[in-house]
Amino acid sequence: MRKLLMLVVVLGLPTGAFAAGGHMSCGAVDCDRVDIDLGDQASLQRGARIFVNYCLSCHSASYMRYNRMGHDLGISDELVKEHLLFSADKVGDLMKAVMPKDDARDWFGVAPPDLSLIARSRKPAWVYTYMRSFYRDSKSPSGWNNTVFAHVAMPHVLYEWQGDQRAVLKKDKHGVEVFDRFEIERVGTMNPKEYDRAMRDLTNFLTYLGEPAKLVRYRIGVYVLIFLAVFIVFAYLLKKEYWKDIH
Amino acid sequence: MQTLLAWIDERFPLTKVWKEHLAEYYAPKNFNFWYYFGSLALLVLVMQIVTGIFLTMHYKPDTALAFASVEYIMRDVDWGWLIRYMHSTGASFFFIVVYLHMFRALLYGSYQKPRELIWLIGVVIFVALMAEAFTGYLLPWGNMSYWGAQVIISLFDAIPVVGPTLSEWLRGDFVVSDATLNRFFAFHVSAIPLILVALVFVHIVALHKVGSNNPDGVEIKKKKGPDGIPLDGIPFHPYYTVKDIVGVTVFLMLFAAVMFFAPELWGWFLEPDNFVPANNLLTPPEIVPLWYFTPYYSILRASVYNFFWIDAKIWGVIFMWLSILLFFFIPWLDRSPVKSIRYRGGKYKTALAIFVVSFIVLGYLGTKSPEVVSFFWVKNVYWVQAFTVLYFAFFFLMPWYTKYDKTKPVPERVTG
Repeated sequence: MRKLLMLVVVLGLPTGAFAAGGHMSCGAVDCDRVDIDLGDQASLQRGARIFVNYCLSCHSASYMRYNRMGHDLGISDELVKEHLLFSADKVGDLMKAVMPKDDARDWFGVAPPDLSLIARSRKPAWVYTYMRSFYRDSKSPSGWNNTVFAHVAMPHVLYEWQGDQRAVLKKDKHGVEVFDRFEIERVGTMNPKEYDRAMRDLTNFLTYLGEPAKLVRYRIGVYVLIFLAVFIVFAYLLKKEYWKDIH
Repeated sequence: MQTLLAWIDERFPLTKVWKEHLAEYYAPKNFNFWYYFGSLALLVLVMQIVTGIFLTMHYKPDTALAFASVEYIMRDVDWGWLIRYMHSTGASFFFIVVYLHMFRALLYGSYQKPRELIWLIGVVIFVALMAEAFTGYLLPWGNMSYWGAQVIISLFDAIPVVGPTLSEWLRGDFVVSDATLNRFFAFHVSAIPLILVALVFVHIVALHKVGSNNPDGVEIKKKKGPDGIPLDGIPFHPYYTVKDIVGVTVFLMLFAAVMFFAPELWGWFLEPDNFVPANNLLTPPEIVPLWYFTPYYSILRASVYNFFWIDAKIWGVIFMWLSILLFFFIPWLDRSPVKSIRYRGGKYKTALAIFVVSFIVLGYLGTKSPEVVSFFWVKNVYWVQAFTVLYFAFFFLMPWYTKYDKTKPVPERVTG
């Protein structure tokens, strides 16, 4: 028992320590909570539609194929062709941006990053918070800024949905101006609840896009563990049978 | 069947090898929990080789293609994600298993006479494993792969006179580049695995020559029955083969739990920065190796003072290499008349406990910036320096605390 406890401590120590000290902040602000559920196929489909219609104009997801996405999200090849295939000819193509990379570099000063793995390199809560944290900033070239990613080159593409936000600052205890909250300056076509839901769908989709295997690996993992749990009973009985005359 | 076996035996010592190493290899009957990790290390080695072969079929060692080819494996290759996660999880588990295997040797004095050579070969295996892990980590060509290799290879720059030439020779270029990736691939999939397999073979041959140690540190060959078989020995097969199947199953459950449910293990097994392709213009905020290297990385960063006209960076490199190479000397640093911790006194127990704590703390702080405060008001760099001193004290003071330790009498036969 003591040994078992020791092993738990040895194995558990780093994970607990990391969870406590992990980077839970999103830029200058705390991350917003987002409920990721890859079992929610309707949400993934809505997220895919937003991604293909808005993000894919400038950003690629160049490690992903349209038909693989369609297959995973329950969208037939015909529907993919009809509704999602804007910048490619074949459903088996990789999801490349419409905008050529060199043009993008000229226009924004930086090529928009590939988004295939953004939810893995950043984490979903970051993506969700980022998409909700654009605000009007007359000092920036695009007219937009972001509390999660200061001086980001990307303008707020979905401002028509969210409306225009203004960042309200406050003085902290050292007298330095820090971000306090957002105020809506101009109302968008969606109310805040609808916009949050759309961004949750998009984040959900990007989480899937980062690792399509996530859809199956939990399920397979459960079967593997059940098999091993049954197997160990027989392995243990076999050992006991052989060892009964030792000692 | 019998005639076929006889036919083979006339030409190859099949039955002889089977008997010598399994059916009539007499192992002490009192192996405990700590004795699973040798066979588990062998299991992980086989797993890494097999999954590695399949990864090699789809991976492209080319800076323009490497990152995308890994994502191709993760998405387009049937079961590619499983093979890749087995390999990446296997890398970390290899070190877990090997560290516990080495700790077992420290617990029961398994490096003492007549097993010094087994230990030496083992330490060489450990160094080869580190080289294997280091070269393998570059292959996904993520941003942490790139910067990690950049930092570690530039350590050779610190060597006086030949340093810069040496690091250029290692990289095959002035910076980590396509040439570096290609040669690391060659080392990772061919040169080092061949060395590893050969060393593991020799490790086991040496072990079977002198026989296994045990938790009591008693030489079972000293007490033999009239049939010439050690009284406390039992044939490895079937006794330990069936026992190891149980150990393997427990191990596979832990392995599967990580691989299927948390292959990144919150950044400890796969780092978030490595999901960004290598970019020589974008340095990650903290360049940190994976957990199994962080104790030595801490020791490297512990050195911040120039002394004896030698640069702090060079001292850091010297200390880091020393922290690994000192393992070679343990059989001769230990002056204790007994092997097992069961019959040693408080001095060795305390020293070993301090060493384990130092190793874990240095490992944890290796993932943190030296300039921040992780525990108790003092900057990490000072903690790292204090625990580096304790780490080295374990080795340098060993001749004394083992010699003057109050030992208990060792029984004639193994207990329990």
